Amino acid sequence: MHAQTDTAQPPATLQAQRLACRRGDEQLFSGVGFTLEPGELLFVRGRNGSGKTTLLRTLCGLSEPAVGTIHWQGQPIRRLDDETRRQLLFIGHRDAVKEELTPLENLRIHLGLRNENTDEETAWDALQRAGLQGREEVPVRYLSQGQRRRTALARLLVSQARLWILDEPLTALDRRAVAWLFERIAEHLEVGGMVVTTSHQSIDGLPEPRILDLD
Amino acid sequence: MLRSLWTLIRRDVSLIVMRRQDVLTVVAFFILVITLFPLSIGPEPDKLRTLAPGGVWVAAALASLISLDRLFADDWRDGTLEQVALSPQPLAVAALAKVAAHWFSLGLPLVVLSPALGYSLGLEGAELLVLALSLLLGTPVLSLLGAVGAALTLGVRAGGALMALLILPLYAPVLILGAGAVSEAMFDSAYTAHLSLLGAMLAVAVPLVPVAIAGALRIALD
Repeated sequence: MHAQTDTAQPPATLQAQRLACRRGDEQLFSGVGFTLEPGELLFVRGRNGSGKTTLLRTLCGLSEPAVGTIHWQGQPIRRLDDETRRQLLFIGHRDAVKEELTPLENLRIHLGLRNENTDEETAWDALQRAGLQGREEVPVRYLSQGQRRRTALARLLVSQARLWILDEPLTALDRRAVAWLFERIAEHLEVGGMVVTTSHQSIDGLPEPRILDLD
Repeated sequence: MLRSLWTLIRRDVSLIVMRRQDVLTVVAFFILVITLFPLSIGPEPDKLRTLAPGGVWVAAALASLISLDRLFADDWRDGTLEQVALSPQPLAVAALAKVAAHWFSLGLPLVVLSPALGYSLGLEGAELLVLALSLLLGTPVLSLLGAVGAALTLGVRAGGALMALLILPLYAPVLILGAGAVSEAMFDSAYTAHLSLLGAMLAVAVPLVPVAIAGALRIALD
């Protein structure tokens, strides 16, 4: 698998062509197309119910679009090979944090599921930088909404993925956490990463995004 | 891939064990249903003995059904299922791992308890062994079939009842063979055919049913 990467490397881009999605009988959006290059941030904007979440879920391959195609690194999104799939990280509305488990366990399980290796120290460090110092081994049930969200976002610190798809990442975060997240996103873009995100809150402080309007 | 599957199995087992009440509920349900037989039919040993194979098997099938209700529901609600679907291993293999973890923590206790309960209904000697063996081969099939129902009814209101309607008819062949094996043992005739057929069902179900589960999960996630 690794031998391949040295030879003809496919373009590390996310391409969407003429996407249309529907929920039930209602057409949410149509004709959405873009090519996201390394280092670019795509900000999806739209009123409630305009299909932002549906678009993001479609972009990472969970939902199938009614029309159109999506390619990640040259491969169709629903048929990625293992390595390419690992290059994609999705954090949704429902953040896959288990309440019975501690932030540390949650992070370890997340890495285990993706088959990524990280040593103990990196995991502890990530949780501390995510603002969970002293809470690493407290079951998430006893933490606040914001801390729960930070548990999910700590994945960004250990992830080796190039493309992050973040649905409403700012929900429940306080101002310091928002600043921290923006900083992290900026760092990721600087090293050639890509981010697709949505938010209803102000995004002042983020690097200049490309805007996709669904309205 | 093995590492991620191991993660999934270990996580599921520890979550079930941590909640504890899930295991206790299922085991208590199993015992209670079986104790209803002598209470409702009367204590004559002969009558109870005739009913024992079917009784234990029906109780095991119902216990398996109620335990499967939440197999995917929690993971679906909190978004873990999305992450599993986006992780490198095929969804069918992940589904098989989840069913395996579920069976180890909730199905296996029923198998282990069954000789004691069979004994209380009047089975003895080799019959108890056949009973446990038939459950050992049969309950994994029940878990797999039930998992299809659990996946299909994700997000449906009153999903549990609907799931029972969908899945109980599919349980029938397993139930017939399992209880049949024990009955055969009671009349000293050959029970190996029944057990072989149960084993064959398991061998077919393990590779094929997870594909159906994965299909149902994809629909729930779409």
